[in-house]
Amino acid sequence: MMKFFDNLPPMDHLRSEKMSFVQLIIPVESAHRSITYLGELGMLQFKDLNDDKSPFQRTFVNQVKRCGEMARKLRFFSDQISKACITSAGRPAMQPDISLEELEVRLAEHEAELLEMNMNNEKLRQASNELLEFKLVLLKAGSFLVSSQNHAVPAERELDENIYSKERDRESLSLLDQETPPEMLNKAGLRFISGIICKSKALRFERMLFRTTRGNMFFNQAPAGEHVMDPVSGEMVEKIIFVVFFSGEQAKTKILKICEAFGANCYPVPEDTSKQRQMTREVSSRLSELEATLDAGIRHRNNALASIGSQLWKWTIMVRKEKAVYDTLNRLNFDVTKKCLVGEGWCPVFAKPQIQDALQRATIDSNSQVGIIFHVMNAIESPPTYFRTNRFTHAFQEIIDAYGVARYQEANPAVYSVITFPFLFAVMFGDWGHGICLLLGSFFLIVREKKFGSQKLGSFMEMAFGGRYVLLLMALFSIYCGLIYNEFFSVPFRIFGESAYKCRDTTCSDARTAGLVKYRDPYAFGVDPRWRGSRSELPFLNSLKMKMSILLGVSQMNLGIILSYFDAKFHGSSLDIRYQFIPQMIFLNSLFGYLSLLILIKWCTGSQADLYHVMIYMFLDPTGDLGENRLFWGQKPLQILLLLLAIVAVPWMLFPKPFILRKLNTERFQGRTYGILGTSEMDLDHEPDSARQRHDDFNFSEVFVHQMIHSIEFVLGAVSNTASYLRLWALSLAHSELSTVFYEKILLLAWGYDNPIIRIAGLTVFAFATAFILLMMETLSAFLHALRLHWVEFMSKFYHGDGYKFRPFSFASLADEEY
Amino acid sequence: MYGFEALTFNIHGGYLEAIVRGHRSGLLTVADYNNLCQCETLDDIKMHLSATEYGPYLQNEPSPLHTTTIVEKSTLKLVDEYKHMLCQATEPLSTFLEYITYGHMIDNVVLIVTGTLHERDVQELLEKCHPLGMFDSIATLAVAQNMRELYRLVLVDTPLAPYFSECITSEDLDDMNIEIMRNTLYKAYLEDFYKFCQKLGGATAEIMSDLLAFEADRRAVNITINSIGTELTRDDRRRLYSNFGLLYPYGHEELAVCEDIDQVRAVMEKYPPYQSIFAKMSYGESQMLDKAFYEEEVKRLCLAFEQQFHFAVFFAYMRLREQEIRNLMWISECVAQNQRSRIHDSVVYMF
Repeated sequence: MMKFFDNLPPMDHLRSEKMSFVQLIIPVESAHRSITYLGELGMLQFKDLNDDKSPFQRTFVNQVKRCGEMARKLRFFSDQISKACITSAGRPAMQPDISLEELEVRLAEHEAELLEMNMNNEKLRQASNELLEFKLVLLKAGSFLVSSQNHAVPAERELDENIYSKERDRESLSLLDQETPPEMLNKAGLRFISGIICKSKALRFERMLFRTTRGNMFFNQAPAGEHVMDPVSGEMVEKIIFVVFFSGEQAKTKILKICEAFGANCYPVPEDTSKQRQMTREVSSRLSELEATLDAGIRHRNNALASIGSQLWKWTIMVRKEKAVYDTLNRLNFDVTKKCLVGEGWCPVFAKPQIQDALQRATIDSNSQVGIIFHVMNAIESPPTYFRTNRFTHAFQEIIDAYGVARYQEANPAVYSVITFPFLFAVMFGDWGHGICLLLGSFFLIVREKKFGSQKLGSFMEMAFGGRYVLLLMALFSIYCGLIYNEFFSVPFRIFGESAYKCRDTTCSDARTAGLVKYRDPYAFGVDPRWRGSRSELPFLNSLKMKMSILLGVSQMNLGIILSYFDAKFHGSSLDIRYQFIPQMIFLNSLFGYLSLLILIKWCTGSQADLYHVMIYMFLDPTGDLGENRLFWGQKPLQILLLLLAIVAVPWMLFPKPFILRKLNTERFQGRTYGILGTSEMDLDHEPDSARQRHDDFNFSEVFVHQMIHSIEFVLGAVSNTASYLRLWALSLAHSELSTVFYEKILLLAWGYDNPIIRIAGLTVFAFATAFILLMMETLSAFLHALRLHWVEFMSKFYHGDGYKFRPFSFASLADEEY
Repeated sequence: MYGFEALTFNIHGGYLEAIVRGHRSGLLTVADYNNLCQCETLDDIKMHLSATEYGPYLQNEPSPLHTTTIVEKSTLKLVDEYKHMLCQATEPLSTFLEYITYGHMIDNVVLIVTGTLHERDVQELLEKCHPLGMFDSIATLAVAQNMRELYRLVLVDTPLAPYFSECITSEDLDDMNIEIMRNTLYKAYLEDFYKFCQKLGGATAEIMSDLLAFEADRRAVNITINSIGTELTRDDRRRLYSNFGLLYPYGHEELAVCEDIDQVRAVMEKYPPYQSIFAKMSYGESQMLDKAFYEEEVKRLCLAFEQQFHFAVFFAYMRLREQEIRNLMWISECVAQNQRSRIHDSVVYMF
């Protein structure tokens, strides 16, 4: 048996890549180039040797700063380009590569040029804005003045006459003054200020004016009609033109101050209409001139931006790469002579030749006298976990990693998940109609893989796209399980021949409850279509699915425990095999393995025995008479034996391991104190892995409690996990019942009417219910339950998941990074 | 609400409390300050800050950096966070958040009024104002000639209006008047805030009354020290103290008659919580008092985070961030002026 396992081919995917801890000694002159090559290769994870130093105390901080500065300039350009709404013409024709220094100079030139253009444009824009505002004010305020004069003249004259009539009583001397034309009076007492202000501020502005002048003013306003650009935000805002009439010098200063405070621009408007017209003409002509200049400036700027834009992407990538290289160089240490950089890191064993090759190329390309030294070192900490995945297995590995990254060289459940995960999903989602829908969806994602892969997707699409191969397998298995369940949108089909049953007489076609006789061989594949709609449909399917769930669960849990055996064997820990794996196997199989056996026997023999009864009385009354529940010869002694085995297995997995560990520890301790140094080191290597704890102080109570928790968890877990697999039955039941309801209560009901509108409505409701509830929500819930069965029930048997991921220094991930 | 905050607090305040606690964890730590103190240039500071929450705010600044830019950007971050919280807040938290800014509003009013008195340019003054204390018609303050106009024209629209009831005089504005106005306003503000918090009840009232009492006492001490040797009468001085806090009322009586710093010290040492602050200073010295008070304040503010389901965390967070900005300003100034030996003088560490 053991031989058989030993002779199995090596399972590469089960274990993470072998890693080695390597040291690089790189001469300064070839450092940059070699790190660049390593970044292109992407197979080495550098360890930060300057952890204690803050970022600006590191060696290459100036280069990092320069890259940061260049990145800032590039961000500035892309910002300007997007503001100017220029769409760059994709990836341009490649121009000759330029060095970083040249790039820096070029970027600085471009920035200065752009800034100057911006400033000029800004000035022009401001001038033109002012002119535009002036023009608007002239137009609107002029019309105010004209109309107000027309209206005001009679009213004012009346007022004046009143005043003068009173005055006349006091001093009737200056009769001549009565002839004073109202315009003159206007000029002497009433003044006005006209200007333009943001609409949002107008109300507060008016209130403030009212308060300051104590109401002695007249505020007239009109919407500007045109939108004017706000100089601060650069947005188009709605403005209002106002004319304030007031009297007095002091009020004028106050009003001007308020105008300033509210950001209202005041423009002088001559009262004379002919002058107004003249000014309007002047302003308009100047405005059109300015607009022309401005347009020319913008065109020039857009051209400049477009030429930058064509290079922008390439430059950005280049700067990012450089920055990544210098960041990595900052992780290296200078050796004592200051001529070499020392780097440490992890790399997979298989990549060593590639790395050496890259380093050699770097040495040659940089004309270095001294080669780069690359050698393996011993590491204290545990290596990172690295699984080589392809686009198919990647999603499955992600599912496992979401629970926890595997410990280094630990058995990888993702290998089995590739099949078991979609299969358990399909057990819950068994309907080949829905399966075909899923299949079409996943085909759609896979066919357009190239297109979707290169673009940004929404969060939901992103998720679906990431798991497209999971979706594909889930769909295939749903079709398979749906065929077994014989469900197609809850309609039974007769694909594999005729039903094995037929009616005894003509009445049973209405009753469909009894009176069926079996008249031919069993239905070839899956559930006989006759079951559908019969009264015993539910009890039959429930019994089938429940038993099937238990069988699937027990086999998957057994697989988990067997994996723990392979793990223990791989790490050479016979202690774990003897005192953990064996009792666990015995415990699980003597109870639930036996149950599975009973189920199989019952299926094969067609016995009527009550399995609940058998299992319960196996504990309550092991010696009692089985009666009609006897399934096979020698059942009672076997049950007693299994029960005893299960009882023995519990202390077996609880007690021996901690005590043996303590014994080993004391032995090692003695060996260290009195033995010869060399032999004690040898001992260390020969000891089983679990005993080789890194922290030397062995705490017995801790280990014991730990073991106790594990044992209790396993014993209780065996019961609860088996029960947990019943969710397979429950969800599958829920799914088929839901689809039956939709089919019968919506589609068939609507079809019963002879009205096309009701039929179409029924069809629509059915389609939406199927798409959203059955296809989306049920998929999600079945997915989550399958996930739980893997994470909790399966992986808890063997998986530690406390490792950390291998994150090599690589340029590949830079392109889609955003910052 | 009293005693049952846990039952209902999260209905409206849960999200924002989570937000503010998240912001709190973004405050610079002692390790960050140690690194910042080792910086040689302002670019180093920028580089270090780019690894913190300030990163996005500083990353687009061109390289010759100024202290003002750093302070401006860090204040901008605080303002953004504050505005975000204010938008999400419902009553009474939104009022509570607004209360936090009134202090800045008072300072801004005083700044503008003093500035116009000395005939500074309004735009220039506006740039110096704290963005949290801005209100719409702030620029119009320049129009006012005396307190009455100030109130009637501008402040009547602002939340500060009720606080003005005590200082409406027709006197022309001068430096002394303005300073008295500031303190009167502050007094009224603190008392109002205190009352508001008491009305809220529960843990908010409990913690906020402690924090505000400390604030009031600190102001009382500062008023006393600053008014020694001026023409402010004892009664006037007494009138500027807020009517709550640990010193109220007996401490205030004693502070009102103090003639020099040592007398202040003698008064304060009767109060155990303040004894430790004054114990750190030698006699006759008042330079380090500010820092000692700031340190004590930061300690108290940090403690506010130990309890859940109350509004004081928002106050504490805003104050801590402001302290952090002061620290950053000090560090950048020291670095910019090559005074790195003095860097530790004024930095108050938190957490």
